[in-house]
Amino acid sequence: MTEIIFISTLNGVLYGMLLFLMASGLTVIFSMMGVLNFAHASFYMLGAFFGFEISRRLGFWAGLAIAPLLVGGIGVAVERYGLRRVHRHGHAAELLFTFGLAFVIEELVGMVWGKLPVNYQTPRALDFPAFTAFSIDYPAYKIFELAIAAAIFVALLAAVKRTRIGLIVQAALSHPEMVGMLGHNVDRIFMLVFGVGTALAAVAGVIAGPALVTQSNMAAQLGPILFVVVVVGGLGSLGGAFVASLLIGLVQTFAIASNASLAGAFGHLAAASALRDFFGDIWTITVAQIGPILPYLLLVLILIFRPRGLMGTRET
Amino acid sequence: MSAAGPGVSAAPLGRGSGFFASYGVWIAAIVVLAALPHLFSSGLALTTLCLMGTAIIFALSYNMLLGQTGLLSFGHAVFFGLGGFLTAHMMNVVESHNAPLPLMVFPLVGGAAGLVFGIIFGAVSTRRAGTAFAMITLGVGELVSSSALILRHFFGGEEGVTTDRTDLIHLFGVTFGPQIQVYYLIAAWCLASTAAMYALTQTPFGRICNAVRDNPERARFIGYNTQAVRFLAFSLSGLFAGVAGGLAAINFEIVNSAQMGAAESGTVILMTYIGGVGDFAGPIIGAILVTYLQTVMSGITDAWQLYFGLLFIGMVMFAPEGIAGLLVKQRLLLRSRRLHRVAPYYALALLPGLVALAGVSLVIEMTNQLTVHAADGPDMTFFHVAFKADAPLPWLIAAILLAGGVWLFLRAARLAGDAYDEAAAAARGATT
Amino acid sequence: MTASTPDPALELAGLRKRFGATEIIRGVDLAVRSGERHAVIGPNGAGKSTLFHLISGRYRPSGGAIRLRGKDIAGMAPQLINRRGLSRSFQITNIFPRLSVWENVRCATLWAMGYKYSFWRNIERLADVRQRTEQILTEINLLDRWRTPAGVLTYGEQRALEIGLTIAGNADILLLDEPTAGMSRAETERVVSLIRRVSENRTLLMIEHDMGVVFDLADRISVLVYGEIIASGAPDSIKSNPAVQQAYLGTEAA
Repeated sequence: MTEIIFISTLNGVLYGMLLFLMASGLTVIFSMMGVLNFAHASFYMLGAFFGFEISRRLGFWAGLAIAPLLVGGIGVAVERYGLRRVHRHGHAAELLFTFGLAFVIEELVGMVWGKLPVNYQTPRALDFPAFTAFSIDYPAYKIFELAIAAAIFVALLAAVKRTRIGLIVQAALSHPEMVGMLGHNVDRIFMLVFGVGTALAAVAGVIAGPALVTQSNMAAQLGPILFVVVVVGGLGSLGGAFVASLLIGLVQTFAIASNASLAGAFGHLAAASALRDFFGDIWTITVAQIGPILPYLLLVLILIFRPRGLMGTRET
Repeated sequence: MSAAGPGVSAAPLGRGSGFFASYGVWIAAIVVLAALPHLFSSGLALTTLCLMGTAIIFALSYNMLLGQTGLLSFGHAVFFGLGGFLTAHMMNVVESHNAPLPLMVFPLVGGAAGLVFGIIFGAVSTRRAGTAFAMITLGVGELVSSSALILRHFFGGEEGVTTDRTDLIHLFGVTFGPQIQVYYLIAAWCLASTAAMYALTQTPFGRICNAVRDNPERARFIGYNTQAVRFLAFSLSGLFAGVAGGLAAINFEIVNSAQMGAAESGTVILMTYIGGVGDFAGPIIGAILVTYLQTVMSGITDAWQLYFGLLFIGMVMFAPEGIAGLLVKQRLLLRSRRLHRVAPYYALALLPGLVALAGVSLVIEMTNQLTVHAADGPDMTFFHVAFKADAPLPWLIAAILLAGGVWLFLRAARLAGDAYDEAAAAARGATT
Repeated sequence: MTASTPDPALELAGLRKRFGATEIIRGVDLAVRSGERHAVIGPNGAGKSTLFHLISGRYRPSGGAIRLRGKDIAGMAPQLINRRGLSRSFQITNIFPRLSVWENVRCATLWAMGYKYSFWRNIERLADVRQRTEQILTEINLLDRWRTPAGVLTYGEQRALEIGLTIAGNADILLLDEPTAGMSRAETERVVSLIRRVSENRTLLMIEHDMGVVFDLADRISVLVYGEIIASGAPDSIKSNPAVQQAYLGTEAA
């Protein structure tokens, strides 16, 4: 039991940190530009696939260095030539543009790399167990992922809180119009933010690719969860995004590890057969099976009862 | 219409879409719908027509939300799918009890299901507007389509639920076995639903939906609870989506969770937007066009989804008013007989546009050949020209076509835009 | 309330509004008599529009009471206040830009005429709606522009439409927020006579900067400075009130 809790906590935190790598970019973009980048998870996917291709030729570490730069470049181009153009048609048009973009990227990736998972391998240097807890080997690669994510989080925090650009970004998080009126080149800031945000998502892809499955549907799987993180955490709040990422990471990981079900909990009761008939399929459903939909339940509940999110500063 | 004002004549007033207001259009529609299967009688054509019929109802129901009330929903297929599931189940129940209910009324079951779920999910979703609303609909959509694998009894697991449309009571010897009979059923329901949805736009409620879309705050200050308006619009749009789902269930005789999923929700967004959200006819045009492209293009190239996505992005960026919107813009010129002045510019822009399109297509098809069809080798044909996809020359040609075509097209489009503005200003000046 | 003093149509008692630490409305007492034309004047930033937002339901008060014909409406949703017969215009034009002028006004008539959420009646066949819409459009002199999308109207026309939307619902208490802002002499005169006409037998509360308009129209004037009413009464008494002169008018009024 304790080993499950320990491993699940580690995995949950890791998953949460990966989510945060992506959600941080997404929440800054959303808060600043009012655009919910539907294609954000697609940049994560591009990072994974570019990392895969580069690692095949030049090794994993080259992939880690180059892929985010490539994807960030694509992000900058998307903002400059696509999003900026669509901006004048309103928020719905921006949302639809990123929606179409996500669709196109998924088709392109599926065409070039196929629909099956690709063999993105963990680098040899990290392919050993870091420690053995409760007779389960915990891979060093996962510790590496955790370390990278933590390092980036710290760097992001420092950049946002201590640099001038970071100050502007903070201001623009809650009052984007005002920042423009203060004379800052909002266009360039947007481009930078979009580029950095997508590059971060790509980093998450490069390091998550070997551990999770690298496949052309990975964006579609992860995309909605990202939105949940951003909304639950709250607009205008990086801290909220962090808390929400960890929360959802842990909830999903623990849910998947759990075999609890209504039948398990109440099956021994005398009324069990009547309850079973009443609940039908739900009776035997384990928490693990509904694990994937728990984030959406959370999303709907938050949007109903606390639309500001956990730590948001303004309503969507 | 005299200058003295609209009160003088009894004709319908207001926005440009008087097109549907005259009875002539509807009579013509009946005639066309009746004649179509005789003009296009092949099996493939009939199937496509049936698909178009349900798509039209689905897209129109979606535009009740997006175009008319300003609600961008990412989970509309939920009502389509649930309507289908309930229709199929009801058909099976009626068949097993040999109850005398003919097939014609079953889309009503889909409609009722769509309405009930529209009310349930609407109560949750319409508490917020804008991006928050879009995300709630996304979340609800994912919830419902994921629950399909959990509630296996109702949703039939991976295989879905099957039904037999010929097993109901036959009236006048109509079994609904042959596809043409299904076509007429769909066509009739399509006409009725379209008429009903059009009628809705001509009601006080329909106009207030437009007001809420344009300026929700002001709508409150003229006495309206915007949430109540959105809730009602959401519920009614669910009803019609459910009708479309019921017809789809009858057509395919099988319903599965894919019909409630994100892909289906995405498709209806594409259809409606490409057709044009600002005009009642937009979704009709979009549904017909996209269904046609789906059936035709999927036979020509397996990268057809990619072409769709690119078309969609192109429209969002350059023609957000959609095809219907573009046509409406020409109507001003048509009425004042200035269209012939701008038409040459359109032709001028069309040519490089086609060149650019050829370039894009060449790149996509070559990539496709080298990746998806890698096992077949690099030999391929493009418009009857044979070459090797891994040779540098075709890539060079494609790059030139693409770059050159796009550059010229953008220039020509700007000229065409200026010409249009000039002609439109002159046309407006002449009428006031 | 004794039988000899009629209930005020609109009464504010100790009304307060703060945003964060800043108190914008700091205890306003105001009584608007039924049928009178009452102007609210004051320097920029005094809180006049905020006062309107509080009365019409756009903001919730932080304290105090707002009574509409004796009934407390503080914190009520805007549409509920509107249905009780209070209608307001906006300082920054707040119309329906994609709808035609005709449609703008028609939508504003619907609730008051009882059609509410009706989705079963053809709006084009409602003769009473058509009549009322035509009447309003004639009043605001926009009948010949009935087809034009409201977003492309000139500024003056949009301000007229703004007033049209406010009166279309037949409310008997009208709140007009700077109705003549940005208008030429001629346009102002037209709007003033329009306001005079439509406020006949109704109660009018008006924010204005144009002193000519104020002294022309108003039965009583209240002066709002830094969130407080410093004077309230007949135009002559306001003109000669030293506190008002000091705070606002500066030199003699025109």
